[in-house]
Amino acid sequence: MDKKFIISGSPHIYAKDNVQRIMLDVVIALIPATLGAFYFFGLGAVRVFFVSVVTCLIFEYLIQKFLLKQKPTINDLSAIVTGMLLAFNVPSNLPTWVVIIGSLIAIGIGKMVFGGLGQNLFNPALVARVFLLISFPVYMTSWPKPIASAGQLSDVVTGPTPLGILKESGSISAASQTGELPSYVDMMLGNMGGSMGEVSAILLLIGAIYLLYRKVITLHIPLSYILTVIIFTGIFWLIDPTKYADPLFHLLTGGLILGAFFMATDMVTSPTSYRGQIIFGIGCGVLTALIRLFGAYPEGVSFSILIMNAFVPLIDRISYKHFGEVKA
Amino acid sequence: MLKTFPKGGVHPDDCKLTAKSPIFVATLPDKVYIMLNQSAGAPAVPIVKKGDKVKTGQLIAKGEAFISSNVHSPVTGTIDKIDPILDATGYKHQAIIINVEGEDTWEEGIDITNNLIKEIKATPQEIIEKIKNAGIVGLGGAAFPTHVKLTIPQGKVAEYLLINGAECEPYLTCDHRLMLEKPEEILVGTSIIMKALGVHRAFIGIENNKLDAIELLTKLAKDYNGIEVVTLKKKYPQGAEKQLIKAITGREVPSGKLPIEVGCVVQNVGTAKAIYDAVQKNMPLIERVVTVTGPNVSKPSNFLSRIGIPLKHLIELAGGLPEDTAKLISGGPMMGKTLSNTDIPLTKAMGGILLFPYNFSKRLDPYPCIRCGRCVHACPMGLEPFYLEKLVIKERWEDAEKHWIIDCMECGSCQYICPAKRPLLDYIRLGKNKVSAIIRSRKN
Repeated sequence: MDKKFIISGSPHIYAKDNVQRIMLDVVIALIPATLGAFYFFGLGAVRVFFVSVVTCLIFEYLIQKFLLKQKPTINDLSAIVTGMLLAFNVPSNLPTWVVIIGSLIAIGIGKMVFGGLGQNLFNPALVARVFLLISFPVYMTSWPKPIASAGQLSDVVTGPTPLGILKESGSISAASQTGELPSYVDMMLGNMGGSMGEVSAILLLIGAIYLLYRKVITLHIPLSYILTVIIFTGIFWLIDPTKYADPLFHLLTGGLILGAFFMATDMVTSPTSYRGQIIFGIGCGVLTALIRLFGAYPEGVSFSILIMNAFVPLIDRISYKHFGEVKA
Repeated sequence: MLKTFPKGGVHPDDCKLTAKSPIFVATLPDKVYIMLNQSAGAPAVPIVKKGDKVKTGQLIAKGEAFISSNVHSPVTGTIDKIDPILDATGYKHQAIIINVEGEDTWEEGIDITNNLIKEIKATPQEIIEKIKNAGIVGLGGAAFPTHVKLTIPQGKVAEYLLINGAECEPYLTCDHRLMLEKPEEILVGTSIIMKALGVHRAFIGIENNKLDAIELLTKLAKDYNGIEVVTLKKKYPQGAEKQLIKAITGREVPSGKLPIEVGCVVQNVGTAKAIYDAVQKNMPLIERVVTVTGPNVSKPSNFLSRIGIPLKHLIELAGGLPEDTAKLISGGPMMGKTLSNTDIPLTKAMGGILLFPYNFSKRLDPYPCIRCGRCVHACPMGLEPFYLEKLVIKERWEDAEKHWIIDCMECGSCQYICPAKRPLLDYIRLGKNKVSAIIRSRKN
């Protein structure tokens, strides 16, 4: 026996993909909408974006190093994804100190208290967004007007979101009469009020197509989510088109596309089986439509996804089919 | 649409370096080491003693238990001793060590010509008897005694015979080359098994990365009744029994049952060839085709090698052990077992000897599971590997059992695909052992 060999269990080869690569893909997919946000909301968006990303990284590093006394793992890029998504979910005129609190909540309460990457039950960026929405409702619901605000750091012209106008007016016909609703083309491009990353459907979809191509996400969650919202809101629209907005309006406004493709598909907080993902998507869709049509808030994407996050362990247990599960 | 199994599976790179290398007859070393545990089940019992002269093909150990198989001398020579040696399991087991003395003197009754004999004279009972006497075991890797597998249990009926030519493991080409070089023997062997089982239809399943073999066998199969070649879409683990049955017949073997439950019997192409040799030529199983390969092996080859040749001899024939070899694997890279040294002799179960350099062998540091679900989608058995891993770490054996941990066939797809590089299968194997022990103790 001249040479000793390594003894290990099979398999002996591995696929190339790794966690960093998956996170990097999400970062890449978010870039078009990031640039869109910079264009529409200008310097304010740049400020919120970088404060959010950098403070998320810092908080993750500090908590791991000094509180949990473990090796910091910020090089897995997951904190950058959280930071980007948090920035996407807030208005571009949010004061810097509120953004920093948001980062602390996202990383600290959203992720680290559960044990770090992969352990959290709820989407960290959404936990922070909902925390900020409830704690700082005024800051969180003053939406800078796009383009007009682009040159400003904080003193900006604000106005309501399309969904806000709809909720305020009580019916779509009343909302139209205000003359403040953007056209469908503007909604598609992102030229409307809203959180800085959610406004441009087209730029978000470009990123989503990249994620689908890279097989980081599949269509199961986004499609079942969006179709459910379309069907649900469509039924009410058909019943009373003067009171309820049409499905296209619901699709293009608010955070539906951002939520369906980038937040609900978060691997850690969504079911693993395709069946489970469809159940999850439908659940998100029903809740979003319910909140938008009948709830107190104009928008329901964040709440819906967080509520469905809580059901993921349950959905996982009922939704997969095992080979050989046939009558013997 | 090409046929394949619907659930799970992965697509590792082919790396079939030896697909175009003809089978080369390996020379004999001075000594051969014949393990007595060549098959699953009980080891064979030696019927020779130190100093006995043996001929090539002579019976030297008998499989006496129900699940056991005969062992024959692969060489002509003298019994040196019967001693325990380190084998592929990592433990010492009994082996018959024979000094090789000159050219083969064959045991009487063995036909060593290359004449193809198509006519099958033996009755079904005689076929099973001959297979048993010849010590034939499943050559796909499991080494289950073939005569036991071909004995259909009371009350069951075999309907289809499936011949496994999928060879879905990367690197391995022994079955591929055999199909190209001994196609008629495989087809006659298939007809023999059909006769033994009393079935009228047989399918030879081959993946579409072996188009030459598919073309050749499809052409030749026209002269044989009831044999059809099925082209399968390349996907690992197509060669697993239950997945092959699902791919070809659409039938799903129920959890915990054998293929016969859905009227199927699966045999490897190499086994079909060995059965031809045994029944038509009275040739016992004393040699097999083995692929010796690896990314840095200078002459990767397919050898027709006698059983009992030490692996170092075969590795020498393939250009020697590469300097940076860190892993010696018996079998393919997905399911193969690592071996501790090159003195281990070839057994009937070994279809491939794989030499991996250090940069292939080092495991990467595991990350936390991010629940991406890739293991779930890769699992051909529809299990949740990431969840089973957690249950095993928490020692929740009952929950692991409820989540079908026993159904895991250890194909390795989950661990292969995991982006967090978690040792999923290591944990699942551990869990399987624990849970099997618990189930056994419950029965007693």
